[in-house]
Amino acid sequence: MEIALNEDQRAVQDGVAKIVGRFDDEYWTRCDSDARFPHEFHQAMAEAGWLGITMPESLGGAGLGVTEAAIMMHEVARGGGGMAAASALHVNLFGPHPIVVHGTREQQERWLKPLIDGREKVAFGVTEPNAGLDTTSIETFAKKTAGGYHVRGRKMWTTTAQEADRLLLLARTTPKTECARKADGMTLFYTPLDRSRIEVRRIEKMGRAAVDSNALFIDDLFIPDEDRIGEEGKGFRYLFDSLNPERILFGMEAVGLGRDALRRASAYAKERVVFGHPIGQNQAIQHPLAEKWAYLESAYWMCLRAAWLYDQGQPCGAEANAAKLIAARAGYDAALQAVMTLGGMGYAKEYQVERLFRESVLPRIIPVTEQLILSYIGENVLDLPKSY
Amino acid sequence: MKVLVAVKRVVDYNVKVRVKADGSGVETTNVKFSMNPFDEIAVEEAVRLKEAGKAQEIVVVSIGPAQAQETLRAALAMGADRAILIQTDEAVEPLAVAKLIAAIAKREEIGLAILGKQAIDDDSNQTGQMLAALLGWPQGTFASKLALEEGRAVVTREIDGGLETVSLALPAVVTTDLRLNTPRYASLPNIMKAKKKPLETTFAVDLDVDIAPRLVTLKVEEPPKRKAGVKVADAATLVDKLKNEAKVI
Ligand SMILES: Cc1cc2nc3c(=O)[nH]c(=O)nc-3n(C[C@H](O)[C@H](O)[C@H](O)COP(=O)(O)OP(=O)(O)OC[C@H]3O[C@@H](n4cnc5c(N)ncnc54)[C@H](O)[C@@H]3O)c2cc1C
Repeated sequence: MEIALNEDQRAVQDGVAKIVGRFDDEYWTRCDSDARFPHEFHQAMAEAGWLGITMPESLGGAGLGVTEAAIMMHEVARGGGGMAAASALHVNLFGPHPIVVHGTREQQERWLKPLIDGREKVAFGVTEPNAGLDTTSIETFAKKTAGGYHVRGRKMWTTTAQEADRLLLLARTTPKTECARKADGMTLFYTPLDRSRIEVRRIEKMGRAAVDSNALFIDDLFIPDEDRIGEEGKGFRYLFDSLNPERILFGMEAVGLGRDALRRASAYAKERVVFGHPIGQNQAIQHPLAEKWAYLESAYWMCLRAAWLYDQGQPCGAEANAAKLIAARAGYDAALQAVMTLGGMGYAKEYQVERLFRESVLPRIIPVTEQLILSYIGENVLDLPKSY
Repeated sequence: MKVLVAVKRVVDYNVKVRVKADGSGVETTNVKFSMNPFDEIAVEEAVRLKEAGKAQEIVVVSIGPAQAQETLRAALAMGADRAILIQTDEAVEPLAVAKLIAAIAKREEIGLAILGKQAIDDDSNQTGQMLAALLGWPQGTFASKLALEEGRAVVTREIDGGLETVSLALPAVVTTDLRLNTPRYASLPNIMKAKKKPLETTFAVDLDVDIAPRLVTLKVEEPPKRKAGVKVADAATLVDKLKNEAKVI
């Protein structure tokens, strides 16, 4: 057993770090304060082929696994851009998975190539205001008509919908009450984000201002049959396979962000002299930072363990959930500790850690909350009664 | 024309170098290594020559441990065509390196050799010059600009107080300075392609080169800690201190 990155994985790490290193603190501070999408960063990553890391080679991707994607996102999040950098790319890596598995060759050519090239962006519309985490209770409905569907409904939190050309949409095609199983009767679409039929309203939020999240109001949008992924009624099941990779990636992004915060805090603690010595000489400053390092390091390897299982085709639900849980906490704890370490300067934008801290809250909540992760582990690992 | 580029695996420039407790060298376990930055510039320059149709093939050479394969792969990912690793776990001095590269340059009938002006680990700044001497080729060191003309390399060099331009008859040796170019980053598709490019491993004995060290390292130690500066009350005190304490004016 060798628990280490292999040569290819180190090449991924170095390759990504080189690009990320060209975008400095000022760039990310500006993106945040101007609430502006990091186009240049997205473009640079697209040009160097990184947006296709998990896509099949036949479509211009690199055909690598979730492990490599996770290593990539760790580097992306730790270069100063935190969750803003990660979220600008994130959906590209796992979002199109149902298309790779269930799409027709024609759909793959039509949709995936522009996505890999960075010519198009996609938003992922699953969450709804009246369903929340209970996804099978979504109300957005796609009514069959000749040649396609008429869609009405609302989506909540849809990220990058301000920028996106396409919408990956989950909608009911059979009411929940008429389905044998509640996970049935939902269909997945990949369709142009037609702004004459979809109103996209930006949600003001705590952090990651650079990458927008939105409320969507869909009013009689027509989706042609050729924009449906796979079979009608199976959409939610198609999504299942990408849930674990998504959790793993969020976990690694949280770790990357935490490492960046920790690096900044340690550098500051070494330089800042109060009472005649560097503050980092005080154990009250030093120990919490050392502790955060230990947590980040364990979370990192837990994420890679889950990724490895996934890439081996083995079940990884428990590991992916656990990895997301502890990674998000480790990232958050490190970022908060970084703010506290810098004292007053931790609160100043110039030192970046307040921005990282605001963003570190996010992976604790998305794509699934801590409560639901613990419910999953309670039910599926500990064999306790289902609680939701 | 074939271009040879020499690349060295060195401790990454972001790593804070620590001296081993026994003073025998610097700590290299659990330390990040990467390609010597000046060599990255050399690879970039060669790739640009190839893209401009002035070079047909780029051969990268590294001398070092098995892990130096990674450094060679990084060069292949940037656009070099094939790689040669002269594998050794011994510390090799500039003269040994120059002899090994010279052997390869002859074997491969190289038209131009591009090297970094120095490696950021030992900062010797000797290999390129020694290589030129061993081969009897002209040299253009510290290049900030390189142009190939009919059978000649025109090299702009950064020297004290300005720029000097030399015209060298090919084959020649060029060493790179920081301002020659900005190396590209390897794209993911090229990183993947690099895995399939040929990488030959050979040894000093196969090339019939003696790499026995001529120097003995007695001791490696940390540079002395810089003492804190002093603040002076006014210009008069400063002048007084410069005159009487530092004795520099
Ligand atoms: C910035 C941001 C970007 C996002 N981007 C996207 C996107 O691009 N696409 C998308 O589809 N979604 C997106 N989301 C939505 C995100 O995935 C959800 O917010 C998340 O899954 C939580 O759902 P909810 O907000 O509806 O919480 P709710 O379901 O309303 O839950 C509220 C709270 O109650 C708890 N809770 C609920 N039920 C139980 C129970 N049975 N037991 C214990 N606790 C319970 C939850 O854990 C949570 O703490 C985004 C969210 C944010 C904040």
